[in-house]
Amino acid sequence: MLMLLGALAAAAATADQAAAEPNIVDFTLANGLQVVVVPDHRAAVVTHMIWYKVGAADETPGKSGLAHFLEHLMFKGTTQNPGDTFSRAVAAIGGQENAFTSSDYTSFFQRVPRDRLKEMMAFEADRITGLVLTDEVVRPELNVVLEEQNMRVANNPSSRLAQQMDAALFLNHPYGRPVIGWRQEIEKLDRNDALAFYQRFYTPNNAVVVIAGDITPEEVKADADATYGKIAVRAEIAPRRRPTEPVAEAPRTVTLADARVEQPNVSRSYLAPSRTTARPGESEALEVLAHVLGNGANSRLYRRLVVEEGVALNASAVYTAVGLDYAKFEVYGAPKPGKTLHDVETAIDAVLSDTCEHGVTSDELEVAKNGLIAEAVYAQDNQATLARWYGSALASGETVEAVRTWPERIRAVTADAVRDAARTWLDRRASVTGYLVNSLQPEEKHS
Amino acid sequence: MNTPMPTLSPCRLRLTAAAAALLIACAAPASATTIERVVSPGGIVAWLVRESAVAMIAVDFAFVGGAIQDAAGKAGTASLTAALLDEGAGDLDSKAYHDRLERNAIELSFQAERDTVRGSLRTLTEHRDEAFDDLRLALTAPRFDTDEVEINRAQILSLVRRASTSPTEIANQRWWETAFAGHPYGRPVDGTLETVPTITRDDLVSYARRVLARDNLKIAVVGDIDAETLKPLLDRVFGALPAKADLAPVGAASPQGLGRRIVIKLDVPQAVVTFGGPGIARKDPDFMAAYIVNHVLGGGSLSSRLYQEVREKRGLAYSVYDNLMWLNHTALFIGATATRADRTGETLELIEQEIHRLAQSGPTADELIKAKAYLNGSFPLNLDTSGKIAAMLVQLQLDDLDIDYFERRPQMINAVTLEDARRVAKRLLDGGLLVTVAGRPEGLASNSAN
Repeated sequence: MLMLLGALAAAAATADQAAAEPNIVDFTLANGLQVVVVPDHRAAVVTHMIWYKVGAADETPGKSGLAHFLEHLMFKGTTQNPGDTFSRAVAAIGGQENAFTSSDYTSFFQRVPRDRLKEMMAFEADRITGLVLTDEVVRPELNVVLEEQNMRVANNPSSRLAQQMDAALFLNHPYGRPVIGWRQEIEKLDRNDALAFYQRFYTPNNAVVVIAGDITPEEVKADADATYGKIAVRAEIAPRRRPTEPVAEAPRTVTLADARVEQPNVSRSYLAPSRTTARPGESEALEVLAHVLGNGANSRLYRRLVVEEGVALNASAVYTAVGLDYAKFEVYGAPKPGKTLHDVETAIDAVLSDTCEHGVTSDELEVAKNGLIAEAVYAQDNQATLARWYGSALASGETVEAVRTWPERIRAVTADAVRDAARTWLDRRASVTGYLVNSLQPEEKHS
Repeated sequence: MNTPMPTLSPCRLRLTAAAAALLIACAAPASATTIERVVSPGGIVAWLVRESAVAMIAVDFAFVGGAIQDAAGKAGTASLTAALLDEGAGDLDSKAYHDRLERNAIELSFQAERDTVRGSLRTLTEHRDEAFDDLRLALTAPRFDTDEVEINRAQILSLVRRASTSPTEIANQRWWETAFAGHPYGRPVDGTLETVPTITRDDLVSYARRVLARDNLKIAVVGDIDAETLKPLLDRVFGALPAKADLAPVGAASPQGLGRRIVIKLDVPQAVVTFGGPGIARKDPDFMAAYIVNHVLGGGSLSSRLYQEVREKRGLAYSVYDNLMWLNHTALFIGATATRADRTGETLELIEQEIHRLAQSGPTADELIKAKAYLNGSFPLNLDTSGKIAAMLVQLQLDDLDIDYFERRPQMINAVTLEDARRVAKRLLDGGLLVTVAGRPEGLASNSAN
């Protein structure tokens, strides 16, 4: 960790830093389970995560929400550790645990004192294949998930619009499906659905374990052999080939009206390649582009919309780089009172088309690259963040080497590459624009 | 940033505990964490943890004052002031100031809370001197340029408007308004649609002059810097601030409206509930026992009674919890849940029943042992990043705790007996609840106070 930190910090300052020292070690057990070790010896704690390469985009149509529902049910106990034995063991030592699901992966983690790592590994290994489910525990948990859907989505107009936008952006690929599921399909999920999904996807050859903290690769190797190494492969995993997006021909717009919307906004999502699917350098160029366009008070969108033209209260851009198949490039603006969504959208379009035409300045390029690389340095201060970086990347088709060399690839981005990425991917035909409004007034409807 | 980013959806547990709640979970000695009390030549104190493994420095600090120092009719002043501190200072306008920060990847932010104005600085070691200079400018020479005032005012008003239809915000704000009617704690930190437009530039300048001072300042520094290097930097950054803050007196307060239930009608599918009552002060000898009792009731782990009864057994909610909250002029326990409209009454009854049961009988011997083990064991998890350590060191100073608190913590936890826990459970939980509900709960209406 020390050498890595040093190297990354230097990379932030000097343009041509060689690759960081390989302090991060990864290996694969005989049963196919991949293990990544990220040493951090500053505190006597470890973050232990398992990442299954299965998410909402792997669900069978009609069973949306199943990956996430199974995530909840994974806490219901196994033959060997019935009920909440695992959770009680974590609580007994003051540990933290949680889990989360995305379109591409499902992840479980514990944060515990270093000397309890092997115990956690044994519990987690047991849970790969040992889950026991009864209707008695499955039914109340389905209600919990429905309340979660209420809390995150039904009660929240912005989330409802975001779901509609994803569904409109992805014409054919299952990224259009909400991770939590469509409510009418969640309601019908049951124990048999969950067990079938579990048996199909939860197997050591479909998982990555990431351990960050006060441990050495040697210790982890021995403990992994003694725990995870004992779990037999129970399913062969087919390549993750999902439906692909057709050539996009028509820009889409969606409008969500809710009487509770007090602050309207407009956002647009462009279909973009992910780190996994982009041509070399292209994803990195999109990261720099998002930074220049919409990160912070001096970004192009904020300066133009908020400060200079005074049409918006806020404006930003984000590129979500991680994804097995696709990513999104998103821009956002919220009108000032007295200004319309149309005003904001027009101003956003002016900034985007100017950027496509003229590209970015060398000064903007340098500031953005320094900012992005510094984020990587700051992340080194948080073992849980690092574990997430590696886990999400590996579960989305990237390699350890790719994560490790990310700062160098950012450093190598040129102004031409940023301009070209903007021209290629800021294509209205492959986008959806979403309007969040109070009511369907004619003026806002087609703004 | 408000861009919708829905990829990472569901977590199983709500990641509860606010920073303040985590702090108290400190227990085992921090073998790797040595805290130094650094005093500058000018007399400015900072608590320092040196960690040279990381090529960065984290500085957290807090000025006691916060939103409760807003003048009458000017709620939101502290919040707007904090928002403007990084919007131009000295000779630098907002653009030039942000440019300096961004070029060196320096992260600086300010935030107003009820009792404090807090700041947070992160810099790579190589940009240390520039970072400390930028901070000095922000604290001692903020410009409050008209354009920036209006941009930030409009942003805050937008947040206030948004909060006015959010069930979570409505339930929470009504709870505070009712519990602290007539007291500064009853005002929303960001102000209201009536007060924010009335705040003038003079109000902001005056607020900064009154509150940003040396005698109400707590500082923590963590990272790649030693005491001798830090000392002159402390004087350079904070030395030009006024020696004494000019704070208006604020009276002690205890939450009112106990026994009341207030239902605010809102057309949402899920009803959001805030509940709470009087807590136990941070300096009270019973505080640690109260902390343990709260952990048993609805604290951080999923073994809590509320979690088990409301979520695990019945599936009534995704999130249910309660926390102890200690402020400079009051102490509370306050919790929340969100549940389907047709079972809101049942959920509330269950929560009230669990609170009553714990008040009457206290925790079991087994629950006490487990709570102690949890609170002791979770300690090192709160010290694994520079930011977490810095936040904790500021909180310890705000709470007026000693620098050897980490070492004494386990004994303080372990000394709580079952008898203490029972007595304090009654003291903490038997005072009645104020409950606010936003939504359309079936068969549930407001009542009047008992």
